[in-house]
Amino acid sequence: MRVSEKDVLYVADLANLELTPEESARMVRDLNSILEYVDRLNQLETDGVSPMAQVSDRYGAPEKEGTAKFEYAMRADELGECLDHKLALANAPESDGAFFKVPKVIER
Amino acid sequence: MDTNSLTVAGALTAIRERQITATSLAEEHYRRIAAEDGEIHSFLTLSKEHAMAAAAKVDALAARGDPLPPLAGVPMAIKDVMVTRGVRTTAGSKILENYVPPYDCTAVARLRAAGAVVLGKTNCDEFAMGSSTENSAYGPVRNPRDKSRVPGGSSGGSAAAVAAGFAVATLGSDTGGSIRQPASFCGVVGLMPTYGRVSRYGLIAFASSLDHIGPFTRTVQDAAVLLGIIAGRDPLDSTSADVPVPDYAAEIGKPVRGMKIGVPAEYFTEGMDAEVRTAVEDAIQLLAAKAGCEVVPISLPHTPYAIPTYYLVATAEASSNLARYDGVRYGHRSRESRTLSEMYRRSRDEAFGPEVKRRIMLGTYALSAGYYDAYYLKAQKVRTLLARDFEEAFAKVDAIITPTSPTPAFKLGEKVDDPLSMYLADIFTVTADLVGVPGISIPCGNSREGLPIGMQIMARHFDESTLFRLGHAYEHARAAA
Repeated sequence: MRVSEKDVLYVADLANLELTPEESARMVRDLNSILEYVDRLNQLETDGVSPMAQVSDRYGAPEKEGTAKFEYAMRADELGECLDHKLALANAPESDGAFFKVPKVIER
Repeated sequence: MDTNSLTVAGALTAIRERQITATSLAEEHYRRIAAEDGEIHSFLTLSKEHAMAAAAKVDALAARGDPLPPLAGVPMAIKDVMVTRGVRTTAGSKILENYVPPYDCTAVARLRAAGAVVLGKTNCDEFAMGSSTENSAYGPVRNPRDKSRVPGGSSGGSAAAVAAGFAVATLGSDTGGSIRQPASFCGVVGLMPTYGRVSRYGLIAFASSLDHIGPFTRTVQDAAVLLGIIAGRDPLDSTSADVPVPDYAAEIGKPVRGMKIGVPAEYFTEGMDAEVRTAVEDAIQLLAAKAGCEVVPISLPHTPYAIPTYYLVATAEASSNLARYDGVRYGHRSRESRTLSEMYRRSRDEAFGPEVKRRIMLGTYALSAGYYDAYYLKAQKVRTLLARDFEEAFAKVDAIITPTSPTPAFKLGEKVDDPLSMYLADIFTVTADLVGVPGISIPCGNSREGLPIGMQIMARHFDESTLFRLGHAYEHARAAA
């Protein structure tokens, strides 16, 4: 058993999820089952293989090097259009018209 | 006129030649939706006001005899993971139940600018996480071809809408197979373009290095037309590729004689569904016999490692992307939280479904200190090995043909209790997402029970033209057979 109930609580804390006791118990089972399956990746020798985080790592402008590969994705650092303030607040669960309102942050 | 199974070209011709108005065409589709979608549940939101206004604009142009834009009056629908300005967008989740986006997804904006009439938003697995659309917080979609079965997922609503005659074409998204697999289950064409070919701006993010937008259509030709409209560099998406967009529709006529088709051994394993195997092998033989293609056995040796790789990369990226749903600026906020921290945790736990939570947990675990190297980094390295498999294959062949899915559509409820079994449904589709190559699913027959079977064609990066040429040649050969 790779993942314990304690691990699940710790990870839920990191993920900002407050799991119910039933959810926690189920999560222990599900995570263990999935992790056991993904373990087969260890059958593969990957020393010296570079990781591929982005498809464009390998398929970006091939003739360029380093950050030059992504020049096409850059623009001048100039102010453009901004989202209208009222529109930005339109989906707010709670607002005072100027800001998004949230409960007080209480020191732990 | 029968508006049940129009193609894009058919709809355009009918409107241009004044056989029907865009308004009537939209109204007919809405009538059909009202009569039949209660059972199928492919739509979550209908945007009648916007649609009828768009249709009226097209009719005004047609009445004046003005030239019509390339998708004038074509009734379409959009998977609810793409934001539509002023029209509720839920991502199939309760956490966005009342979210009305203040901006448009680029792909949708391009369709609108081309005159398409967007009828509404289609149902999907929550945050595109699933292979059956049973993870939608709003209830599943039923396969129009057999209503006791799933339409596939996560773009089940978009696939079903085309199959059921509710839209001429739709947009879906694909992260692990979510366009191709439902296309295969519903008997329609589903295209996943090369990663970066279509802007992801406005696509509610699931896994940013794996997400793609693509069309569901009735013919390969229609897919080519739609890709031409939505593809191309978008300054709003830094991962959208700076690669010119060919005239895909014109490419279709080019001959496929002599093209080399790779058939990978790992996708035709012992114990796979015999009818799927036969249908796809027959399709390949038809291309060889009638279209003059050459069939080349190949190997993609790291195929068995694609699913574990996918479920580490995708979940890790998802755990990061879904951190934004915190009840602060939009979406569900839990009532009566005393602290900010309580608000975050309760809002998320109350409104995320079980599959979403499972994936966030798995992804967070894979990225956490002490496990990052063993899981996430390892998966990224295996991704490179998968990419190398494809590079070696495409040095020998021009296209790769496989089944899209190991089985036809399964029954509703059949796989909901076993997450791993559901994940394995993606086995033939995930590799293309990981490597970034384009893939198309094309109907190639039915099972004895009448369930659609799809074949998948994959090609090199940015070579969608090959997909369209081969797909069209197959449709042609099959019709003539």
